Amino acid sequence: MSTQRKHKSEDTLLEAHDVVVGFQGHVVLSGASVKVRAGEIVTLIGPNGAGKTSLVRAMLGLIKPSSGTVTRRNGLSIGYMPQRLHIDPALPMTVRRFLQLGTKPGLGKTQKALEEVGADHIAQTPLQSISGGEMQRVMLARALLREPELLVLDEPVQGVDITGQAELYRLINTLRKQRNMGVLMVSHDLHVVMAQTDHVVCLNRHVCCAGHPEAVSQHPEFVALFGAEVASTLAVYAHQHDHHHDLDGHVVAEPCEHDHG
Amino acid sequence: MDDFLTRAALAGIAVAIVAGPLGAFVVWRRMAYFGGALSHTALLGVALGFLCGVQPGLGVAFVVVAAALILGRLNGVKGLSLDTLLGIVAHAALAVGLIVVATLDGLRIDLMGYLFGDILAVGADDVMWLWLGAACVLTALVKLWNPLLSITVHADLASVEGVPVRRVELAFMLLLAVVVALAMKVVGILLVTSMLVIPAAAARSFARTPEAMALFAAVIGAWSVGMGLWVSYVYDTPAGPSIVAAASAFFVVSLFKK
Repeated sequence: MSTQRKHKSEDTLLEAHDVVVGFQGHVVLSGASVKVRAGEIVTLIGPNGAGKTSLVRAMLGLIKPSSGTVTRRNGLSIGYMPQRLHIDPALPMTVRRFLQLGTKPGLGKTQKALEEVGADHIAQTPLQSISGGEMQRVMLARALLREPELLVLDEPVQGVDITGQAELYRLINTLRKQRNMGVLMVSHDLHVVMAQTDHVVCLNRHVCCAGHPEAVSQHPEFVALFGAEVASTLAVYAHQHDHHHDLDGHVVAEPCEHDHG
Repeated sequence: MDDFLTRAALAGIAVAIVAGPLGAFVVWRRMAYFGGALSHTALLGVALGFLCGVQPGLGVAFVVVAAALILGRLNGVKGLSLDTLLGIVAHAALAVGLIVVATLDGLRIDLMGYLFGDILAVGADDVMWLWLGAACVLTALVKLWNPLLSITVHADLASVEGVPVRRVELAFMLLLAVVVALAMKVVGILLVTSMLVIPAAAARSFARTPEAMALFAAVIGAWSVGMGLWVSYVYDTPAGPSIVAAASAFFVVSLFKK
């Protein structure tokens, strides 16, 4: 049931191969390989400073990796939702005008995009006076207006309350199915991630383990990183199968790829 | 109405209608200090112009553009923020400029004119050059508008969406340098930033879109020129500072707009 076998390699939208990222001679991420295919949600998890955002930025071409390669499919259109967006209060800008910055959509299209993310009531509101959750939806709408084949989300639920978080993830999942988009996501929310993701990459300055969420949550490195308790609750979240796991996470459904020494 | 006053008004308005929209970006991008530092280097340009025997205006353009290119690449040095660095550069450049100007033997330079502007002394050809420069800057700004706005909101997002961030930023720096050189003629080195920042800040309360804010800034700037010149004519006050005082009055009034 590994996602690897379900897809052909032509489906690959964006791929990082053996990417190393360093700042001022200080390596923050070494030898990371990640692949995103059409229609698949890939989530990067890991503690703070694990290099999640660095990997995403390298894959988007915002920073140049010290070594390794990033390949994107020819003419790939990417919708990007950055971690946070701070708009200077001195800049008057409504939600609608913000949506028109990335592309030149007509009024109808912006309205439709706002409806899709459930934010059509704030089209005329200044960006500075909408809530954190609304902001995330608006940024999602801007990404969707580009009709992306790949959606890249850096902690999409930051500043969103718990119910809003689940809703936002559901929305992303629905949109992905409707449009057969690939999704590359950075997240802290282990619970939701495990439930909504096809492929998890656990980072801690290198790829600790990667694979199906169920398998990853059993991996010794994952357990070491997040603790046995977290790992076992996550396993329950990820699947409702007939077997159960002990606190050490010994029942491993399938081995996950493990690509470091 | 005297001829020199008409020329002064024409010159001032040319500067105001470019300084307004560009100033809006200076405000949005929090670059007021950057603009200040740029303008302070202008006196070095004046000195350089005299040293090389070319028009002071050319020297100013050269030095300010060079300063914009260098400062635009900096992000702070040795743990000091860009803010601190700009404070150093601004006043170091001014001090060195004053020293060089003072040591230029045999030349009488109207220092006050450069520091506080000499708008009442502009000639017909100055007016022509100012309008020509203003037209070029405005044309470029219209072309740059959307990418520049996109970068101002979020540079990474703009970059992913295909905006050549570095190049647009560079173009903006160059435009800023040109406007500083133009505005120097009107309000002088020490007050150039005010022509960029004050009308734009005053326009904020009245605008709901970025475009409206830029337009209002140009209009407020032009009115400030008119009012400042009128006050200067009637009460015999220095013209450049009167224009800046008028703009500041607009700003204060804008604070009461709910």
